[in-house]
Amino acid sequence: MDELYELLEDCCPDVDFRAETHLIDDELLESLDIVMIVGELNDRFDISISADDLLPEHFNSAEAIWNLVQQRMNED
Amino acid sequence: MIINVLSYFKASAERFPERIAFSDRNTRLTYREAWDSISALGRNLHEALGTENRPVAVSIRHTVQDLLGFFAVVYSGNYYIPLDLTLPRERVERMLAVTEPEAVLLMEPARSTDALGARRTLTPDQLRGNPAQCEPWTGRKDTDLLYVIFTSGSTGEPKGVSVSHRSVIDMAEQFQRVFRFPEGTVFGNQAPFDFDVSVKDIFLALKTGGTVEILEKKLFSFPKLLMERIIERRIDTLIWAVPALKIVAELNTFESVKPEGLKNVLFSGEVLPPKTLQYWQRHLPGVRFVNLYGPTEITCNCTYHIVAPGAAPEAAIPIGTAFPNCEVFLLDGDAAVTEDGQIGEICVTGSCLAMGYYRRPALTAEAFVPNPRCEAFPERMYRTGDLGFLRQGVLYYAGRKDTQIKHMGHRIELGEIELCANAAEGVAVSACVYDAEALRLVLFYQGEAEEKALAAALRSKLPKYMLPAQLRRVSAFPMTRTGKIDRKELKAIVTGEMHHG
Repeated sequence: MDELYELLEDCCPDVDFRAETHLIDDELLESLDIVMIVGELNDRFDISISADDLLPEHFNSAEAIWNLVQQRMNED
Repeated sequence: MIINVLSYFKASAERFPERIAFSDRNTRLTYREAWDSISALGRNLHEALGTENRPVAVSIRHTVQDLLGFFAVVYSGNYYIPLDLTLPRERVERMLAVTEPEAVLLMEPARSTDALGARRTLTPDQLRGNPAQCEPWTGRKDTDLLYVIFTSGSTGEPKGVSVSHRSVIDMAEQFQRVFRFPEGTVFGNQAPFDFDVSVKDIFLALKTGGTVEILEKKLFSFPKLLMERIIERRIDTLIWAVPALKIVAELNTFESVKPEGLKNVLFSGEVLPPKTLQYWQRHLPGVRFVNLYGPTEITCNCTYHIVAPGAAPEAAIPIGTAFPNCEVFLLDGDAAVTEDGQIGEICVTGSCLAMGYYRRPALTAEAFVPNPRCEAFPERMYRTGDLGFLRQGVLYYAGRKDTQIKHMGHRIELGEIELCANAAEGVAVSACVYDAEALRLVLFYQGEAEEKALAAALRSKLPKYMLPAQLRRVSAFPMTRTGKIDRKELKAIVTGEMHHG
């Protein structure tokens, strides 16, 4: 999880990922941020997040993103 | 001859009253409903303001209400300025200071109206009277302004590009002549309404009795939802900025859902990588793909290139040939460039030219100049600052003369970011570079300012898309032999690290 925070903070230094739980609903993350985060997640965790996984509920909080990463890691 | 864009609207409202004109996630309005709404609002606005041919700002949130606001202003005989109140306060204040609008129309409650200060605001609730059945818009001539849209300016001030009815009518007529969109075309609108890409969606829909189907920004983070919306709303035509097409391709969206009903995809704003085009073509072989080129100052686009179906992958997609009613040519200084492969500045003449930059006579005189090839009379010509070359009569884009860049579809003068940084406390001098491959702006600066403090200072002045992804304090800048900051060297530092690190 710390690794995830680090990755997220590298992508978007202005966003408080430890506190925010409405990253999408409050428009803290925009499309470019999402593209960058997905690319980094795929690289760092050696997973493959597909367009089917890209839903607001998977990106509203660091915890939700972590759950998605875990799911994809367990599949491999 | 049509002299006011509202004539398109009125004609479609009479022919297709029950068709959907404007639509977003929550609201759908037929032509009849939309026309009734803008005529009532417009007459009230005319009565409330008592002015004609004056600027009125309209707060925008990328909804149907924005469009009703714009057209209420046009109906009242005035012109609109799309105003995004989520931009930093200082930027909004500068836009208002240079245009001095008669009022700010708030069609929906805005998140913050601090930047408006004591300016007059009007809401739909204040525009519900029963004024006389007048048609103030019919008093306008076609060279009167329709809107003012702001773009980044290298002097640190955003520039208000002032566009007349004539230029927008010209755009709509030329697009129809070339592309022949059928009646009832449904345009999937991606661009926000303070961005001139959206002008095509709005006015081509009105001209064809079609629909502006607004796709809210959030959908572009979740392309599967985006595609589902396109299918659900039967959208058949996309006129999008290039980054939106790239997002769809990079996330391999078509593996999970394909919008089979699409017929046209027109793109502009920056260079589309051939691999992105190939991705779209491979998955949507029946679609007509068109590359469009042109800055806001010539009203959307002045050249187009229809990509041949199944065309061999090209190294670069040409920007193509000029639309019928404008001339596009290359100049080196004042000398014509006609040889194949030789680079020159792209220059444009025709009805598409904007009237100039709002209350900026010096800047206007620099860019909108007499055509040096026309000696007999002063024909107006716009110098784009873009470089191009011809190959067998077809135009190709070859970069910029200055430090303007395109980042996520936004046109940015690096000089504007630097001026903003230089004005911050503790910054002696700065230089901004753009790494196009990593899509990052990096600002180098000299001075005692802490990176965090400088970041905060920039955030208070610049829109999010203009904020550097990285700030780097340096003790000295690399210099060129002529004593200027060596931007090439800075760029090499940034790209070298990113791509090999």
